[in-house]
Amino acid sequence: MKVVLKHLTKKFPNRNKKIGGDVIAVNDFDFEIPDGKLIGLLGPSGCGKSTALNLICGLLEPTEGQIFFGEDEVTNLPPEVRGVGLVFQNYALYPHMTVQQNISFPLQNLKGDKKLPKEEIARRAKEAAKLVQIDGLLERKPSEMSGGQQQRVAIARALVKMPKVLLLDEPLSNLDARLRLQTREEIRRIQRETGITTIFVTHDQEEAMSISDLIVVMKDGMIQQIDEPQDVYDDPVNLFVAKFLGTPAINVFEGEVKNGRLIIGEDDVIAVPGVADRKVYVGIRPEGLEPDPEGSFRCGLVNVEVMGRDTSVVYTHGGAISENLRAIVGSGKRPAKTEKTVNFRPDPLKVHLFDHETEERIRF
Amino acid sequence: MKSSKFKGWLYLLPAILFLGIFMVYPLIDVMIYSVEEGYNFVSQTSDGYGLFNYSYVLHDPYFLQAVKNTFLIVVITVPLSTGFALLVALALNSIQKLRNLFQTVYFLPYVTNTLAVGLVFMILFKPTAYTDGMVNLLIQFFGGEGVDFIEGPYWAKMFVMCFYTIWVVLPFKVLILTSALASVNQDYYNAAKIDGTSKGRIFRRITLPMISPMLFYLIITGFIGAFKAYSDEVALFGTDLNGAGMNTIVGYVYDMLYGTAGGYPSYASAAAIILFVIVLTITCINLMVSKKTVHY
Ligand SMILES: Nc1ncnc2c1ncn2[C@@H]1O[C@H](COP(=O)(O)OP(=O)(O)OP(=O)(O)O)[C@@H](O)[C@H]1O
Ligand SMILES: [Mg+2]
Repeated sequence: MKVVLKHLTKKFPNRNKKIGGDVIAVNDFDFEIPDGKLIGLLGPSGCGKSTALNLICGLLEPTEGQIFFGEDEVTNLPPEVRGVGLVFQNYALYPHMTVQQNISFPLQNLKGDKKLPKEEIARRAKEAAKLVQIDGLLERKPSEMSGGQQQRVAIARALVKMPKVLLLDEPLSNLDARLRLQTREEIRRIQRETGITTIFVTHDQEEAMSISDLIVVMKDGMIQQIDEPQDVYDDPVNLFVAKFLGTPAINVFEGEVKNGRLIIGEDDVIAVPGVADRKVYVGIRPEGLEPDPEGSFRCGLVNVEVMGRDTSVVYTHGGAISENLRAIVGSGKRPAKTEKTVNFRPDPLKVHLFDHETEERIRF
Repeated sequence: MKSSKFKGWLYLLPAILFLGIFMVYPLIDVMIYSVEEGYNFVSQTSDGYGLFNYSYVLHDPYFLQAVKNTFLIVVITVPLSTGFALLVALALNSIQKLRNLFQTVYFLPYVTNTLAVGLVFMILFKPTAYTDGMVNLLIQFFGGEGVDFIEGPYWAKMFVMCFYTIWVVLPFKVLILTSALASVNQDYYNAAKIDGTSKGRIFRRITLPMISPMLFYLIITGFIGAFKAYSDEVALFGTDLNGAGMNTIVGYVYDMLYGTAGGYPSYASAAAIILFVIVLTITCINLMVSKKTVHY
């Protein structure tokens, strides 16, 4: 089922009377989540991701705007009739119930003609447990399981009532790196198997990139960009998105456009046809710099870190704003560690210009 | 390893000494007293050992009355006060405005002097030469027949007694339960809400189990406290509790020692030991039940 948000806004009254005004946690969300897709809601801490999720599941009422599931408006419906499954940031498994009881709980709530016989509840709980591969742990209590297992129980509990929409609020934030990788693959697999429209909240851009069909990048309650992961990376709409995505982070410089040429510091870097003369921010992806003795981008060499297949070149440049400038280059082309300087030839596709005031992207 | 064990005992020593001198030794002493027959207070001698004291106490109508009163108070006030406290705590937890005010109001009896509370109850329930007492006035207003709650029929006195006891123990229980309720993570309720859990089921399946440790703590301490009831009775009915027919086991023990008909430490000891056994048994049962039902 597709989910449509129309001008969705949530304001919280500000407690601090002196500052006044409201906290706008979600500001004019207006987009459509296609049926059966997994979308990643990505943004830094405090940008309103949880609030957006709570609006969609009905735990919070929007200040303005509407929410549609399919063709039906659900804006004013209570959570239980919306048919959503929510996995909480901290799982919120009932500690006094076994895994079996936790998973069965939503089914036992069904009333009237939806009421299920005991055997059917047990069967479905078992099925959900199998899907997340915890069917061997049904008699355990949450406290007797690892974080990853608990997280899967939480997913099973959300899935067991066959929700139309599955919402996951930073479900991997409590896991260690390896388990994280494994579980996110699992979530992807479960989502594919069930075909449930899923919203996955995270502040980890790598996580979002790796499992989402679509990424929604937000900042301070506002949507910055909605695109496929690769497009968000390759084609950011503004400096924030460019900086937020990618590890190592994009290298940012102070620059100037003069007569169709991009100048960073003293260097005349590349041609930027069609851009009027102006001051700009320049973002260069680490993989967009290739060492070349004739290269137009002349930098100081700090360190060469070998990472196996690739090499990370740490460098300095006078026009830099971001710290820790890095270029990722193929091992064959890496400069010698003993060098004091290194010249790069930037790949124009990996160089992005941003307006100096608005930080919006300037295309060329 | 050895020295750290030694240290552990060393740190415990003050507590052990204290408990030994003021708890264990007296307990053993009381046990010995209770089986010494014909103990003479002055010469500190006895005729021998036996269970006569127990037999005497168990056949003493005053003691039996005290046991009956105590059990009635326990059986009535512990469930009722805990239940009321839970209701009040739930109500407090569900309101936002004036919550602190109400919390303070409910806590007032706890910080008020027992005798002052007793005085208030006198005004409410005791008929005097000038007035029948507030409650009687109310009853009469609605066309009922006034009752003397302080010196009247047994049930009326027992009613006031239980009312008073509940009133006095309620604040503490409300305090404990409000904080227990407040400490339940809101996410559990949100999760339940999304799953369409009805209010009653949320209460039974989530709230109750989550606060069950605190609830059982209150029930166990409530039982123990109610079994030891004495001062509240005095506050309401004066020191001649046997005369009023409102004595409790602890009151009986006290009377046997220091009362007008007192001076019988052997009987007092026997009664005290009987109380001890009762409380011990009930607490053990409580703990066993709580192990089965409390989820942590
Ligand atoms: N009940 C509330 N009252 C007032 N302000 C709130 C409330 N809930 C959230 N906010 C504010 O709304 C903004 C968004 O909060 P939200 O919890 O949605 O952030 P988030 O993106 O989920 O962050 P995180 O990644 O840390 O979980 C924050 O600035 C927060 O302070
Ligand atoms: Mg959050």
